[in-house]
Amino acid sequence: MANYIIEMLDITKEFPGIKANDDITLKLKKGEIHALLGENGAGKSTLMSVLFGLYQAETGVIKKNGEVVKINNPNDANALGIGMVHQHFKLVEIFTVLENIILGVEPTKKGLIEKSEARNRVIDLSEKYGLKVNPDAIIEDISVGMQQRVEILKMLYRDNEILIFDEPTAVLTPQEIKELLKIMRDLAEEGKSILFITHKLNEIMEIADRCTVLRKGRCVGTVDVDKTTKEELSRMMVGRDISFTIDKKRSQPGEKVLSVKQMTVASKTHKNNAVRNVSFDVHAGEIVCLAGIDGNGQTELVHALSGLDKMIQGEVTLCGEDISKASIRKRAISGMSHIPEDRHKHGLVLEYSLAENLVLQRYWQEAFQKNGFIRFRAVEQYAERLIESYDIRSGQGPKTVVRSMSGGNQQKAIVAREIDKDHELLVAVQPTRGLDVGAIEFIHKQLVGIRDAGKAVLLVSLELEEVMNLSDRILVMYEGEIVGELDPSTTTVQELGLYMAGAKRNKGEEAFNG
Amino acid sequence: MANKQEKSSKSIGIVKKITGSKGFSSLAAALMAILLGLIFGFLVMLIARPGSAVPGIRYVTLGGLGRIGDVFYFATPILMTGLAVGFAFKMGLFNIGASGQYTMGMFFALYAVFMLDLPDGLSWVVAILAGFVGGMVWGAIPGIFKALMNVNEVITSIMFNYIGMYLVDMLVLKNAAMYNPAMTRTRYIPSGAQIPALGIHGSNVNFGIVFAIIIAVVLYIVLEKTTFGYELKATGFNKHASEYAGMKGKRNIILTMSIAGGLAGVGGAFAILAPSAIVGSSMTYEPINIIATAGFNGIAVALLGNAHPIGIIFSATFISHIQRGGTLASLVGYKPEIIDVVVAVIIYFSAFAMIMNTGLGKFVKKRIEKDKKDLEIKEGSE
Repeated sequence: MANYIIEMLDITKEFPGIKANDDITLKLKKGEIHALLGENGAGKSTLMSVLFGLYQAETGVIKKNGEVVKINNPNDANALGIGMVHQHFKLVEIFTVLENIILGVEPTKKGLIEKSEARNRVIDLSEKYGLKVNPDAIIEDISVGMQQRVEILKMLYRDNEILIFDEPTAVLTPQEIKELLKIMRDLAEEGKSILFITHKLNEIMEIADRCTVLRKGRCVGTVDVDKTTKEELSRMMVGRDISFTIDKKRSQPGEKVLSVKQMTVASKTHKNNAVRNVSFDVHAGEIVCLAGIDGNGQTELVHALSGLDKMIQGEVTLCGEDISKASIRKRAISGMSHIPEDRHKHGLVLEYSLAENLVLQRYWQEAFQKNGFIRFRAVEQYAERLIESYDIRSGQGPKTVVRSMSGGNQQKAIVAREIDKDHELLVAVQPTRGLDVGAIEFIHKQLVGIRDAGKAVLLVSLELEEVMNLSDRILVMYEGEIVGELDPSTTTVQELGLYMAGAKRNKGEEAFNG
Repeated sequence: MANKQEKSSKSIGIVKKITGSKGFSSLAAALMAILLGLIFGFLVMLIARPGSAVPGIRYVTLGGLGRIGDVFYFATPILMTGLAVGFAFKMGLFNIGASGQYTMGMFFALYAVFMLDLPDGLSWVVAILAGFVGGMVWGAIPGIFKALMNVNEVITSIMFNYIGMYLVDMLVLKNAAMYNPAMTRTRYIPSGAQIPALGIHGSNVNFGIVFAIIIAVVLYIVLEKTTFGYELKATGFNKHASEYAGMKGKRNIILTMSIAGGLAGVGGAFAILAPSAIVGSSMTYEPINIIATAGFNGIAVALLGNAHPIGIIFSATFISHIQRGGTLASLVGYKPEIIDVVVAVIIYFSAFAMIMNTGLGKFVKKRIEKDKKDLEIKEGSE
C-alpha cells in the first residue's frame, strides 16, 4: 500500500516505569488531513516527538512511502520533509520575524546572509496564506497570535511535505482560525500531508479527513471523520460523555465589584495608545466577557487592571476602593485574582515545584509562613488539597517540578490557585487555551460556580463559542476601544464577529463610557 | 497512611533518589569539570616542562593534603566572596563586584581595629561586623542603581571595584594611625584584635573558616526555608512571575545585593584579621592600586559550587587546595608564573566546564521534558 506517506507502526515509547505510547499505529495518507485527538497527556506529543526525531521508540518502525526510515533527530526529520509547528514556540525572542523564519536555512552569498530574497519569499508566503506578519518586527514585541503565525510560516518556508501542527489554533482568533483551516485545506490539496493535533472537535469535523484518537498512551482507534460525530469522538477521547452546552442559570448581578473609568494605556509596540478611554463595570454574580480579536488592547487592559503595567490615565475601583495606583500585592489582597494570558511568562515559576507554585499568591499569608519561615507541611497539605479537588495530574504530586507537567495541568494549577484564593473579582484571560474538552468543561463549570457564589468574573477570550456560551454580558474591544455591549442571549455569532472586526459599532456607547 | 506510603516509597527508591536528585547531578557535573580542569592543567605543565609534569601534577593535586590547615585558611576569604557571587546569582544578578566589596569590608575592619578603642576579644568581633557593613554599602549601591534605574549591575559593580579600591588606598595612605610609611603597608593589628587561631601547627587557620561555614549553612537555610529565599529564587527563575505574584522586586534586588556585598566584606575582614604565626606581626594591606583577586576567585568558586551555599563550601576548599598544591610544584622546578597559569587553567576550566555541563544538561533536560509532559499522567494513575 504505497498511498501511505508516513506509517508509524506499533510504536511503543517507554519512560522509567511508564509507557507513554503503547503499541500505537498511525498511518498518514498522502494529501490528507489527519487529526490526532486526545486529552492533555494522552501521548500525542510523545508520538509526534518520535516522528520528529526528538525521541526514539523502543519498538515499532516508521515508514515513509513504504520504506523504513530512521529518524534520529529533527534534522533527519527535516531532510525527510517533516516539519512541525510546536505548541510552545521555538523562536528566538530577540530576533526579527524574518530572522526566525530563515534560521537554520539562511540563504547566503559569499558567507554573508542574503536577506532580501528570503524577505520577498516570506512576504509572498504571508500574503498567499493570509498570515499577516511584519518581517522586521522583533519576536518579543509581537503578540502570541503573531508568533504562532511566524511558526507556521517557518514551516511553509521550508517546503515541508509532511506538516505536523501541534495545536496551532489554540491561540488564533476565530477569523484567523478560519483562514488557517483554509490554508491547511489548500496545502492538503497541493498534496501536502497534514497531521493536526487539536482538542477542538469542531475543527476536526470541519477539515480533517480521518482522526486517530489516543487515550492514556493507547490508540483507541482511527475513524473517518465524515462517518462520525462530535459526541462519538469525545466519547472515544475521554471515555465518557461530555456536555457541550454550559448549564447555567440566568445571572443575578449584584453590587458593583469592578469599575473602570476612562482607562488609557500606552502600547509597547506602536505609538498609539493600546487602550483608549475605556470605561466599564463588572458586578458581583456575572461573567462579563471582553471579546475581540487578539491584539486589540485586551492584554494591555488586563495588565493595567492587575497592576503589571501603568495606566496613562483613568481610575480603577475594586469593591469601592480606588486601586488605580495600588501595588500588585495590594490589588490581590483587595480581592483580585488573575489567570494570566501567558502561563509560562507570568503564571508560573517553571523551576519550582507544583506546591511552591500553588502558593505563589499566598506564601506570605499567616497560614503558610511563620516569622518568615515557610511552613512546608502546610504548603504541602494545601497543595494536596488543590491537586485533589482540581484534579491536577502530575508525576510526583506536590513535589513535581512544574516544567515537567503537561500544559493542561499547568493551566489547571493556575486556575486552582486563583480560584481558591480569596477574591471578589476573577480576571481570567483565555483560561481554557490549549486544553482538552474535559478540562475546558471543568474550568467552565468552575467559572460559572464562582459566579453563582456571587463573585465577579471578567473573562477575556478569543473563542467565540466560549464567549457566547459562558458570558452574561459581552463587551467587544476593537482597536483599544469598547465598541459594543451585547447580550449573548439576543445576539448572534455573526453579529459579534462584525463588532470584533470593527464593521459595526454600538451607537449607545456614551451610555457606558460615562 | 500517607506517612507509611512515603516511607515505603522512600526505601524503594533510595538509589533512584540519590542519582536522580539535583544535588547528585550537580556534584557529578562538578567532578567531571574538575577532572577536565586537571587534564588541561597537566597539559600546560607538560608543555612548560615535560620532564617534571608528572611529579608536578602530583604536587598540584595531592600537595594540599599535607597542609590541610593552610587549605582551610586560604579557603576562608574565597568562600565568602564565592557566597557573595552565588547568593546574588540565585536572584539572577551577576555580582562581579565582590572585589570592591571585599576591599571595602577589609577597610572597614581595619578602621574598627585602629580607630575605635575596643577591648581585646571584642575588637575582632566588631571589626568583622564593620566589614559586613562596609561590603554591604558597596553591594547596595549597584543594587540601588539596578532596582531604581535599571542600570546593569555588571557594569556598576565592575566600576565599583575600581572606585572602592582607589578610595580605600587613598583613605589608608592618608591615615597615619593605619598606615606605616616605612613598610608601605598598614600597621600590624594588635594580637587581641586578631581572630583566634584554630591551633593547627604551622598554619594561620582560624575561626574565620568556622564562621564562614556557619554563614554558608545559614544562607542555605535562608534560601531554602524562608519566604525571602522563596521570593529571591522565584525572581531569579522568572522575573515576570515574581512581579505577577506581587513580590517587591526592587526591594529584593537592593536587599540581595546588600547581603551579597556584606558577605564579601566579611571575607575581607576575615582575611585582614587572620592571626599571624609570627609573634608580633599580623596581616597587612598594601595600598598599591591592585584589585583584590579574592573577588574574581569568588566567581570561579560560585560557578564550581553551582551557586549552592553548601556546594560553595566544597568548591572554595577545592580551589584553595589546588592553589596550595600549586605552590609546592616549584619544588620540581616550575616557575611561580607557570604555576599561576596551571592553577588558573584548572580553576577556570573547571568553572567553565561546569557551566557547559549545566548548560548542556539543561538542553538535554528540556528535550526530555517535552516528552515527560505526557508521562506524569500515567505515573499518577499507576
